[in-house]
Order: sequence, then structure tokens, then C-alpha cells
Amino acid sequence: MEGLSLDLVVLQLFTGLALGAIYVLLALGMSLLFGMLTVVNFAHGAFYMLGAYVGIMLLGVGFNFWLCLLFVPLVVGSVGLLCERFLIRRLYGRGIDYPLLLTFGLSYIMVECVRIVFGTTGLQFDTPDALVGATDIGIGYFPTYRLFVIAVTFVVLGLLWLFLERTPYGLIIRAGARDPQIVRILGIDVARVWLVVFGIGTGLAALAGLLAAPLQGASPEMGNSILAEAFVVTVVGGMGSLVGAVIAGLLVGVVVAMTSLLAPEMAQVSIFALMAVVLLIRPQGFFGRAGLMS
Amino acid sequence: MLPPNFVATCKRHRVVLSIAFLIVFPLLMPFKAIAVNILIYGLFALGFNLMFGTLGLLSFGHAALFGAGAYACGIAIVHFGAPWWAGILGGTLGGMAIAALIGALAIRTRGIYFAMVTLALSQCVYFLAYQATAWTGGENGLRGVELSRIAAFGHSINFVDPLTRYYVVAFFVALALFILSRILASPFGAVLEAVRENEARARACGYDVRATRFMAFVISGGFCGLAGALQALHLSIVPIETLYYQTSGLVVMMALLGGMGTFFGPFVGAGVFLLLENLVSLWTVHWQLFVGAAFVACVLFFPRGIWGTLLMGRAK
Amino acid sequence: MSHAMTAQISRRTLLAASSVLAMPAIVRAQDSTIKIGFPVPLTGPYGTEAKDQVACAQIAIAEFNEAGGLGGRKAELLVRDDKLDPGEAATRTLELIENDRVSFIAGSLSASVQLAINNVAKQRGILFNSISQSDQIVALPDWSKTTFHEAMTPYLTAGAVGRYAFKNFGKKVVFLRADYAYGNEMIDGFKAAGAPMGIEVLADLRHPLGTTDYSTLLPRIQSLKPDILVLANFGRDQQISIKQATDFGLKKTTKIVAPILLYTSRLAAGAQAFEGVIGGTSYYWGIEANTPSAKAFNDKYRKANENRVPSDYGALGYAGVRSILAGVTRAGSTDTAKVVAAMEGLKYDSYKGAQEIRSCDHQSVQSVFIIESKSKDMANQYDVFNVLATDAANAENLRSCKDEGHA
Repeated sequence: MEGLSLDLVVLQLFTGLALGAIYVLLALGMSLLFGMLTVVNFAHGAFYMLGAYVGIMLLGVGFNFWLCLLFVPLVVGSVGLLCERFLIRRLYGRGIDYPLLLTFGLSYIMVECVRIVFGTTGLQFDTPDALVGATDIGIGYFPTYRLFVIAVTFVVLGLLWLFLERTPYGLIIRAGARDPQIVRILGIDVARVWLVVFGIGTGLAALAGLLAAPLQGASPEMGNSILAEAFVVTVVGGMGSLVGAVIAGLLVGVVVAMTSLLAPEMAQVSIFALMAVVLLIRPQGFFGRAGLMS
Repeated sequence: MLPPNFVATCKRHRVVLSIAFLIVFPLLMPFKAIAVNILIYGLFALGFNLMFGTLGLLSFGHAALFGAGAYACGIAIVHFGAPWWAGILGGTLGGMAIAALIGALAIRTRGIYFAMVTLALSQCVYFLAYQATAWTGGENGLRGVELSRIAAFGHSINFVDPLTRYYVVAFFVALALFILSRILASPFGAVLEAVRENEARARACGYDVRATRFMAFVISGGFCGLAGALQALHLSIVPIETLYYQTSGLVVMMALLGGMGTFFGPFVGAGVFLLLENLVSLWTVHWQLFVGAAFVACVLFFPRGIWGTLLMGRAK
Repeated sequence: MSHAMTAQISRRTLLAASSVLAMPAIVRAQDSTIKIGFPVPLTGPYGTEAKDQVACAQIAIAEFNEAGGLGGRKAELLVRDDKLDPGEAATRTLELIENDRVSFIAGSLSASVQLAINNVAKQRGILFNSISQSDQIVALPDWSKTTFHEAMTPYLTAGAVGRYAFKNFGKKVVFLRADYAYGNEMIDGFKAAGAPMGIEVLADLRHPLGTTDYSTLLPRIQSLKPDILVLANFGRDQQISIKQATDFGLKKTTKIVAPILLYTSRLAAGAQAFEGVIGGTSYYWGIEANTPSAKAFNDKYRKANENRVPSDYGALGYAGVRSILAGVTRAGSTDTAKVVAAMEGLKYDSYKGAQEIRSCDHQSVQSVFIIESKSKDMANQYDVFNVLATDAANAENLRSCKDEGHA
């Protein structure tokens, strides 16, 4: 293998982490929705794509990238809220099939609407000026923007953890996930909790889309392929487990990066092979509860 | 709405009615090729529903079974010069073989994990086929599954003629439907339902739940493999997309759309989906908007699927 | 000529008249207009290109009809959406042949789709003129007597771009290809052109089709310090890989070369997208300055399309339909065998200079333009490329018919 040095392997590790960071954000949202609402969200990729396009729209009306980081999740999260309130809420208690089908239809609608508004050809999304170029990380140069993506992901993780573990709202959400009936008996409006959770989940997807846009531009189909990958990450980590989503996301990123280094053409199948192996050894994923949804 | 004796008459003569429907069906469709597609996807959806509707296991890897049938049939004809009937047989067996392989690994998982293991394994099959260019044509797909005439019962039939091609495919689909209905009506079919309704009780009654699931998966593979083989003969190519996970998603949606709780539901779902896609895409390039909206409306207002809702309405 | 034509018409009329009595519906459908099926991916990521192909193909139809058609018989284009899916394309082709009874088919925008259409068409003896790139369609076993290929082949394209790049930018090369027919055939073309020039291949890497992250490959490429990085991928893959290579700072030391630079992507993605990248194209509207046929075609397009200019893939839609109709005119008939014979060896200059359909494999022998993206001194919004060189039409630059398996 020509040109394969330790530095290169370490550099590749970082690349894998940056890739994994996007997966983590997506899988977190997906896991939240599944763990708390038992909604398998097939529109998650579409929300991701919407994040990139809403970013382009906001940049177009004079926002800067930093404001976008705040407002894109808010805007797309609100779209998520509306979807939950008017569509998905009607389906709770009907099993996992119905939300799945509904969100599948929803993703068709969202993708087509974006095509109508922004066209079928992908759009460029420029890297913010402050993050252009490469930074010396000791063993070589690494694109600054990718370091930024890793950093943002960890900040978001921290905030999410604080929110869930240290605020009364988080307490209700966690309780609602464990036993919605008891929470309801205690006089808490579970419907509102679920609404908020859906907003957070879709907002995270949008943030992932916005962060990915400077790397790969925006296209209406960008959510399709990453949806399958996000599913893999969610399942490997254990459906409904947030810790699992984080660890599996980073792991999948690193596995993809390493296979691309050694056998690039196997990079895509490596994701699915990993999932098959993990599930055959541990059918509920790393941190999933055994017997869930069976 | 309808006089009850009319309904009863329909029920009594459902075999005759089904055959009559299959005979006039191509004349009602905008073109023959789509009628054949509907039959093929209808059969595929029915085979899938054996796992989903009857057994309650959601598989997200049925593209592998469908695709295996298509490729087995195509490879038999292109690379080994096999006769057409051997292609169909090979496709059916190919579907069962892949189902046995995937089933052996996946059957121990349940619920959403079963869906994901089958998805992962079917994606592995996809990438294998993608890489095995010499046999499968890789990304370009397998070409040259050309049947101009087929010999049957001492006659040579012109398979290029659209109506003839339809009736040949319809014959196999009808045969498969008949076999499937017999399986469901058999004691084995009753065991399948028992396993879906209450696994613990089925086990207590002495049934081997895991073996039952495995058998059902292999049988499902046979029906999906047959559908795949028919598609290869119909289109004269096997696109690599046949194996892609979106094909698995498509069949799930068809079954849900038509109504997974009924026998014909998935078939109806396949028909409605393909027709809707075809008709809407003729007058607007934004067909996905309408198809998506139709899905959402169906889920919200017809949760039993189209066919399930129709049957419900009749029962009232 | 006119005498022969009249004789033909009267015979045809007679024939038609007699057969109207026998099987009225079919003959009338076939006889009144010359139907050309046109499956292109109107929905999906190449919708923009496909719509432009339709617009251009309509120009060829209008030209033919304004010139009087074939003894008064008008041509008609039947557009179908193949959704960039071979299965859908095969179904649509069956519809066009069995239901609409088209005489000819042109179209397609991907290798797998054109091979699917070709397979269905050739089995039914319908002439198909493909307008997207593939080496396999002109080679056995896919090729048939009724298969024509208006677009360039990857071998031709890559050869032209390779000869230019290896001469001007260096001999140390890294290949990065999308792992499918297009990428593989392009790399074969680059290697064939590079071998006699003594290029050194430092690495030959593959990525799956539809990859959105190239960052995992780029550090390794960077460490090899090549003169040239060849990106044999298309559309979105190409845009993303160029963008990410730029982010990794690869352009500072390495020239990035792509077999095809798409006009539509450049227009949508802006000037930075292809900054400093060299590539090939089958057509660029700017050649009108010294190519009269290009000027004529552009003007017709401008008139019909609010003064815009045609794209490269769009122009192929025009050429594909025009070549068939030229064959029809030359044959004086819509009979497939006669049109095939008329198209074989056909010399024409419809939009980009002299072209010829090679008889042995029905490949259009044509020029390739080497272009680079412009970021300044643009005369108008459509002025986005500089033509650096023209690789003239020459059958020597194609794979030989023997290599393609033709006797």
C-alpha cells in the first residue's frame, strides 16, 4: 500500500470523526423520536435537506452563517412542530407502521416542494470565510471547517445533555419516555412534551443538514442516501438510546473513513456489514433495550 | 349500499371473478406494459405480505428476494442459454435460496430489529451484485434476457406481442395467487396467524415459532423470486436498482397502501401506486408531490388501506 | 430527386390506401405522422438537462416539419419521463413501441438507462439513437444493427482530455473514479491516451456512486503529490468532489481534470465551482464565433427560448433527433432498414462542425472541446467557459470496431 503512514491513519481518524459528527446529529434526532414517540421518521432525511435549503434562504436575505446555526434549527423545528401537531399526532397508538408511512409520504412532498422552489440542480453553499482553509493539528493540515463541525456537535451534545438531565423539562421528557401513562396521571400534558420532542428531533436534523451544506452543497436528494446511513447508526447504537447514537455515529464515521483508506470501493457496504454483524451478535444494538417493539 | 345477495354471489364466485378480472384488466390500463408491471409488483407485494400481514414481521430487505429471482432467471437465460421455463423455475428457487440465507441469520431478531437486519443483509446482496460485473452487468444492469418466442404445450408463442406477454405473466401470477391462498387456508396458515397473534401461546401449543418464521420467509422468497423472474422476462433486462433498498421500501408502501390485513390488499396497493405514478407523471413533472400527498391522505383517512377500507365499507 | 420522391409518394399512398381497407387503425397511426419517442429523466437530479434536451429536440422536429417533412408527413416528438431508472425506461420504451407505435427512439441520460432502452428497442427492431455516453452501447453484445450513438463515447472524451492534460500539466497522475461504467470507461480512456505519453499512475482510487464525502480519500491523494488529479465522476459527485478537493487545498499543487464539465452545473453552481478545473465537452455555445452551424442552431434556440443558449446535453437532444430525421429524408422512407442504411456513413454538420456516422458501429465521429471555467471577463451570464483546444473529429480517436467486437 503506497503512501500509508501513521500520520495518514490519524488524519483519516479525524476525517472519520467529522463524518461521524453529522451522523451523530441525525441519529440523535431519530433516536429521540423513536425512543419517546415510537415514530420511525422516514422524513428525517427530508428535514436534513430542508436545513441546508433554509440556510441558503436565510443567507439570501442577509443572515450570516452564525445566525443560521441558530435560526435554521428553529425554522425547520417549527415545520416539524406543525407536522407533529396536525399530522403525526393523529396516529399515536396505532403502531409503528402508520407514522412510518405518513413520514414517507411527507418526505416526497418536502423534496418536491424544494425542487419547485429551488430547482432540481444542486446549489453551492460557500464555507463561511472564517472557517476556510486548513489548520495544523500537529500531524498535518486538516480542513478548519471539519474541525468546526466536530466542535459544534460536541457543544450540541453538551447542551442536549444539560437540557435532558438538569432541567425540569428534561425530567418530564425522560419520564414520558419511560411511562407516558403515569406521567399523564400526574397531570402533565404529554402531548405537549411530544410536540417539543418532535421539534427538537427535526431541529437537530436541520442543523446536521446546515453543517453538511458547506461540505457537499445542497440538493433535493441529499437526504435520501443519508437517511439509510442514519438508520444504520440509530440501530447499531440501539433504537431510542442517545448514548448509543453518539457512539455508533462516531464509530460508523471512523469505519467508513478507514475502509476508504484501505479499500475505497468497500466503503459503502462496510456500513451495512457493520450493522449486520452488530445486530447478529447483539440484536438490540449497543445500548438498546432488548425486546423493544417486538 | 349493495344488495347483500350480490355480495354473497361475488364471494361464492371469487375465483371466476378474479380470472375474469385478469382477462379484461390489460384493456382497462393505459398501456399493456404497465398492466404487466402491476401484476408483477402485485405478486411481489403479496409475497412480502406473507411476512408482514400474515406473520407480523416487517422486512425491509425484500428487494433481495425479488432481485435474486430476477438475476437468477436472467443469468440462467443470458449465461447458460436456459429455456424460459427453467428461467422462471430458477428465479423462484433463487428467491427461496436467498430467503433461506437471509432468514437463517435474521429470523432470531424481532420487531424493528428484524426490519433493520433484513435491510442490512439485502444491502450486502446489492453490493455483491454491484461488484460481480461479469455475471450481473454491475451498475449497467443485466441485459439480453431476450425471449422472442416461447414454446409451451407444443405451441410456439410470440412473447414480444404485448397482450400475449400479459397473459403468460397473468397465468403465472394467477397460479401463484392460487397456491398462496391454499397455503394461507392450510393448517400452516393457521399456525402463522397463531404466531402473529400470540407467540407465547403458539409456543405453548407445541409449535416451533422460529422454524415457522423461517419457513414463511423462504416461501415468501419463492413468491417474490417468481415475481422477479417474471420482471426479468417482461423488461428483458435486470436493473441493479431491483436490489436496492428503495425497492424494499416501495413494496412496504404498496402493502400498507392497499391494506396489509387483507389478501388482495397488497395487490391493489401495487396497482394504485403504479397507476397513480404513471398518470400523474404524464401531466406534471411534480408527480412526487401528488403521490406523497396521496400517501399522507391514505394514512390519515384510510388506515386500513384502500382495499381494507372497501371491505370494511361492504361489511357495514 | 423530386421525381423519385413523387414516385415514392404515389407508391406509398397506394400502399396506404390499399391497406387502410385491411387494418385501418394501425396504418393510420403509423402513416399520418413520423413518431419519435424521447425518453429522458425529466424528474430527478438531471431534470434541468432533460428539459433542455426536450427543448432542443423540438427544434429539430420543427426544422424538419417547416422544410415540408417527408413528402408532407410531419414528425412528432413523444416525450416520456424515464426517471433516470432503467426499469422505468424499459417500461416507457415498451409503451412507446407497443402503444404509441413510434418509428424511432432517441434519448436517455445515463449509461444503464440507454442500455435498457436499447435492449427493448433492438428486440423489436426499432431504431434507437442514444444521446448519452457509453462505450458498451457501440460494442457487442449490446450493439445491434438498429443501435446508433450520437453522443461521444467515454473513450473518446477521456482520450481527448487526457492528451491535452498530460501534455500541458505533467505525467504524475492520480485517478479517482466513481465506481460504475461511466467512471471505469473514462479511466480506461485516460489510461489508453496516457500510456504512449509515459504517464505514471500514482494511485487509482474508486468511490461509490453518489458519494457525498470525499474527505476520507483526499488526505491520501494529497500525500502522493500528483501533477494531475483526474476525477472521473459526474454531476453531483463531480461538484462535491471538486469542492472538497479545493477545501483540502489540493489545487495549490495539483491540476484537477474532469472528463466532462457540464454547462448546466456550472451555471447553477457559480464561478467558484469549477475554478481552475480542466475538462471536456461535446458542445459549448461559444464555438459559434467560428462554427456557422453552431451559430445557426444557437439562434434558433435563442428565438424559441427567450434568448437563452443551449446546453451541451441539450444540444445532443437536437443532434440525436436531427440525425434520425436526416436519415429519414435521405432514405425517403421511415422503413427502419432503409433509414439505417441511409444513416450509415452519413456525413453532417448539424451544430458543432463536421461529423460522420461510422458504418461499422454507428458511432458519431466528432470533435471534443477542451474547456476551462471562466471567473472573470465574462461577456454575459452564459459566457462561462473558455475553449482551450479542439480535438478534431477523427475515427482514430475512437475504439476500433475490432476492439468493440465487430467483425
